Amino acid sequence: MSRSTEPNLMRRVLRGRAIWPLLALALILVADGFIAPGFYDIRIVEGRLFGNLIDILYRAVPTALVALGMALVIGTKGIDLSVGSIAAISGAVIAWRIQAGDPHGLVLLYALAAGALCGVWNGALVAILGIQPIIATLILMVSGRGIGMLINLIYGGTDPSFQSPFLQGLSTGSLFYIPTRLYVFAAIFIALWLLVRRTALGLFIEATGGNAAASAIAGVNAKLITFAAYLLCGLLAGWAGVILTADTHTSDPVSVALYIELDAILAVVIGGGSLAGGRIYLGMTVIGALVIQALTTSILISGLPPEYNLIIKALVVLLVLVLQSDNARRGLLSRLRRSAR
Amino acid sequence: MKTLLNRKHLPFFATVTVFVAIFLIGGSMYNNFLSMRVFGNILADNSFIIIAAIGATFVILSGGIDLSIGSMIGFVGVCMAVLDSMGFDPLTTAVLMLVFGFAFGAFQGWVIDALDIQPFIITLAGLFLLRGMCFMVTINSVPITHEWADLYSDIRIRLPGRGLLRSSAMVMLISLAAAIFIAHFTRFGANVYAIGGDKESARLMGVNIRRTTVLIYATAGFYSALAGVVYALYTKSGYPLAGSTLELSAIAAVVLGGTLLTGGVGTVAGTLFGGMILGLISTLIIFNGSLNSAWILISNGILLFAFIVMHRLLVGTFGIRS
Repeated sequence: MSRSTEPNLMRRVLRGRAIWPLLALALILVADGFIAPGFYDIRIVEGRLFGNLIDILYRAVPTALVALGMALVIGTKGIDLSVGSIAAISGAVIAWRIQAGDPHGLVLLYALAAGALCGVWNGALVAILGIQPIIATLILMVSGRGIGMLINLIYGGTDPSFQSPFLQGLSTGSLFYIPTRLYVFAAIFIALWLLVRRTALGLFIEATGGNAAASAIAGVNAKLITFAAYLLCGLLAGWAGVILTADTHTSDPVSVALYIELDAILAVVIGGGSLAGGRIYLGMTVIGALVIQALTTSILISGLPPEYNLIIKALVVLLVLVLQSDNARRGLLSRLRRSAR
Repeated sequence: MKTLLNRKHLPFFATVTVFVAIFLIGGSMYNNFLSMRVFGNILADNSFIIIAAIGATFVILSGGIDLSIGSMIGFVGVCMAVLDSMGFDPLTTAVLMLVFGFAFGAFQGWVIDALDIQPFIITLAGLFLLRGMCFMVTINSVPITHEWADLYSDIRIRLPGRGLLRSSAMVMLISLAAAIFIAHFTRFGANVYAIGGDKESARLMGVNIRRTTVLIYATAGFYSALAGVVYALYTKSGYPLAGSTLELSAIAAVVLGGTLLTGGVGTVAGTLFGGMILGLISTLIIFNGSLNSAWILISNGILLFAFIVMHRLLVGTFGIRS
């Protein structure tokens, strides 16, 4: 019994989508062990865990949050380029409302509401007006950082920094030795997973992305589903903005979360999601975000100039794409077969 | 037949109308705005964006997208500056960079077609790669000191009304003329429209998809590199962060110029006006003086929104595509 299933299992694992990103992550981490002795050390300093592994998790949180939202949007065959701008807007809202003297719990809600509102805008353009997602979200991408700068101007704009033990606790604090933002992320991930996999939402998103016309005939309200995906994406990008802004105690709409949309899309693609839509892999998307962060961290600790980061990232994208491409695999296989003959 | 032609050109006429309207509004608000001098400056200041956008027009007409434009401009700039400091003259390095741009674009096009991957993600990898290479060449701002660079900025043609046509604007107008010829009077141009309209039909009609796709992205790479050369000579320096997010401005210029992002519909000439609308707005906001630069971003977004919705309605109402 086990003999007959074992090779099958092997083949299934090798063919499966899960193995490649995990392998990549493992490879990077093993290589790090050789590059930097003591890479895996984790010690407790001032009541929280410290170490490279924790650092990778810690720093991957904003990208992973955005990537989860992106996974939903890409599942509908869409894309959201405006996530970085949304994070900038939500950060600007935080600084503004704290200066205005609102209770900080309420400020958090405002920031998230701003993110959700941006999601509503994108969703309306894509689902109701039927504009191509790249273009529809390009509008907010172009103007969003300007909106953030304007919000900073509301209260003078000279000093967008703030102090907030509550928000900073959420972002950089720790609880029982573990950084708070990891708890927050875990809670969001579980909630999202339940929403996507324990209700019909995930199925509907995948149906819409796979074939919008067919799913509409089958009774799926494709517009509503698409709308919901962009809304969730905006909300998650807002969360990322909260974490990033609370981390630096200041709202910096020009450069906060710059290029995060590219990293998030990359995380989704590394996680096996296809830009052609119809698939959502939440867990693998998080792995994808970890791969990106692990790469960044290893370049830093290896002593290479951080500028290499972009080049290595580009090569990783190309490699992943080639591995995922049916054409490339087919071409390679036929060449192998020919040479075997 | 005639009405069909008119319909197809509705977005273009809308663009020209908006350009003229904004120019007139500016003229009514500020003295000296409505002059050849301001016009000449807008042409020169935005020449590199327009050149890059001309290349992007081909890509977008074919239904694709090129995100590597900004990084290409930055990379060409630092290469020209560093080669200049090594004693090469700008003409040699410019030719070298144009060849590089063409080859890099061709490679991107080949990967897109051969592996059947979305252009978005391949050119995104191109964006990362070229920007990373910028930093490998130099992390400093390097001046271009060769005497030919001074000569380049001294070349100018006087326009009536104290206006000047600078060398950057001349390069832009020449490359625009070349692009109009390529797009509308060659078989390659027709193939680009065919692929953008319906790739499968184009294939069935015998269009060589592989060759055309490679050429489309090579053209875009060439124009991006040319934009980089113009930018480097215009600013007389190379800086590894130069041109960041310029791909967005270029795409915005193409959209404002009346090219549908779904591919197949649009004109190269429209892109000129699209780019100039962007330039006009930032000039207006600078003229105002009291407005924050945030307004440039926001007004670009609003314009983009208005045009996209307008295209959408035109497509819906007049059935431009079908």
